[in-house]
Parts: sequence; structure tokens; C-alpha cells
Amino acid sequence: MPMITLTVNQKQYQIDADPNMPLLWAIRDIIGLTGTKFGCGVAQCGACTVHLNGEAVRSCVTKVSRAVGQQVVTIEGLSKANDHPAQIAWNEANVPQCGYCHSGQIMSAAVLLRENANPTDADIDSAMAGNICRCGTYQRIREAIHLAAKLQKEGAK
Amino acid sequence: MKRILLVIGVPLLMIGLMAFITGNKAYLKPAPVRKDSIASVKAFSDVYKVLMSPRCMNCHPSGDIPLQGDDNHLHTMSPKRGVDGKGVYAMKCSNCHQPENTPGVHTPPGNPNWHLPPANMRMVFQGKTPRQLAQQLIDPKRNGHKDMKKLIEHADDGLVLAGWNPGEGRTLPPLSHAEFKKAWLTWLNTGAYAPKK
Repeated sequence: MPMITLTVNQKQYQIDADPNMPLLWAIRDIIGLTGTKFGCGVAQCGACTVHLNGEAVRSCVTKVSRAVGQQVVTIEGLSKANDHPAQIAWNEANVPQCGYCHSGQIMSAAVLLRENANPTDADIDSAMAGNICRCGTYQRIREAIHLAAKLQKEGAK
Repeated sequence: MKRILLVIGVPLLMIGLMAFITGNKAYLKPAPVRKDSIASVKAFSDVYKVLMSPRCMNCHPSGDIPLQGDDNHLHTMSPKRGVDGKGVYAMKCSNCHQPENTPGVHTPPGNPNWHLPPANMRMVFQGKTPRQLAQQLIDPKRNGHKDMKKLIEHADDGLVLAGWNPGEGRTLPPLSHAEFKKAWLTWLNTGAYAPKK
């Protein structure tokens, strides 16, 4: 099997993998970045959300071959010091309960905040509807995204 | 001699001019091969059956959320159409819908161009009567600015064809693609008549 080159968090990895392997497998089991979680395996829950060229793809159904030559960013690479406004806000608002879904939640929130600097509750609901939290932390997720928008604005000044 | 030339020449010139104008109109809007309202409406009944099947209608919803399943329920996770029909924020179609079908049941079907019609040209099928749908399909202001040529070509559009490759566990449209295309072309080429209801 020919080696595959993936760029994850701006670092290149040569991996020995089937091109049809889910990107999530490669990220977790081969590259060793385990912040991204397996939830449903069929793009229903959002736990495996990573950025592919800036878009919040579900890595459990995204083949490794789709990521070749593209930029993959996982929760570990979202910011240099865990200081993306969403990460700071998540801490401030004590969002997670069990925490399992939150790397995916934050990756989705980051796309929302990039595309809409001042999201309304309705915008948040539209953006986050694909990320399920079994602990039901939705109110705190919403609160944290509003806070992150504020932090992002202040950081931009 | 001059009078004879005038009597014969002027009408000939007029006929030529008329033919030129009519010919140009025909070029802009291709005339049907043969107008036949009965054959046309009959063919559209087959077209309608396909367009209203879940594989077509689920991406032509009356609202801004696509549909799923043979019962046309609202798409779980409630993804939104967005301005370009490709979703919003972290909920863009291609975030889950890959360029090809994902193996297994209850997995996202795929196509490189997966999308809904855009917000400014919603091309709704859901809830339309045969007459309403037929009228919409041939109205460039409501059909994505398609003229007759583009409508004919649309039968072989990649996303249309995806309806016949829906992924595991999904029912196919009620006709084969070849049967659908034949009905589509018959409907268009016999005048694209709208049924009475």
C-alpha cells in the first residue's frame, strides 16, 4: 500500500493507511491525536468534528483520501496555547459535564465564530444543531459562544 | 416591368423577412418537435411520479430544511438551506455528505455537488400539484433560468442521476433513469403541457 501524506495541524504525517480509512481513524489511531472523539460513526452526532480546509467535517465518514493535500485541523491545533476564544469561553462558562462531545462542539463553534462574529441564539442553534451533547449542556454551550464572540471582538481591537 | 418587380418582389421580401424573424425566434426558443397535449400530459404523469419520489423531493422541500426518508420527514439535525443551498456555518452539506455514498445503512448519501436549490431560487417540489410543478419547471424565473436546451440536459445532471444511486437502504425512484429521461424528453418535445390539475 503506498504511503499517504496528511497535513494535520500544519505538520506533515506519512501514514500507511487504506485511502478509504475514515480520517478519524488516522487521526486517532495512527497519528495519535486523541482529542477528536468517536461517537456514532455515521455523521449523526458531531463528536468527531475536525476542520478540513476550515470546514467542520465529520471525520468518521470522511475518507483519508479526501484529506490528502488539504489542511486538517483538530482540537489540538485550533490554537497555539488552548487560547482560541471558544476554548477560553468554554473554560469560563464551565461548559462540559462529561466532556466527551466538546472537542467537536468547539470545532463547530469556531467555524460559526469565524463566519459570524456576532451570532444570535438562532444562529448558534443553526450552527450547532449537528453536535449532540448527551449531558444536555446546550444552554452553557450557547452562553459560551456568546462569550467567545465578545472575547473575539475584544481580541481584535 | 418595374410594376411586375414591385408586385412580386415586395411580397417575396416580406416573406423572407418574416421567415428570418420566425427563424431567429425558433433559435432562441426551440420549437417542440410536435405539439401533442395528450402525449405531453401523459408523459408528465411519469415525470411527476419521479420528481415527487423521496429521492428527488427530499432536496426540493417547501421549507429551508431538507427532508429525509421515504416518509419525507425533516432532516435530523435540522441543517439549513443557506444562501447558496449548501448549508450554513458548521452545518454545510459537504461536511457530512461526501463526494460518494458512505457505505452502510443510515449513513450520508454522497455526491460531489450535494446541495439544495439556493435561497433565491428555491425550486420547491413538495406540495406542488402536477399542474403547478409542470408550470414551474418550464418557467425560467422559477426553474434556475433553464431554457429548453438546459432542461433537456438536466435529465443527465450528476445530482439528478444520484437519485438512482441513493446508497444502501433507500428506495429508488419509481421509474428507471432511462424511463424517466424518455418521459421527460417526451413531455418537453411535445409542448411541455401542464396537466389541468
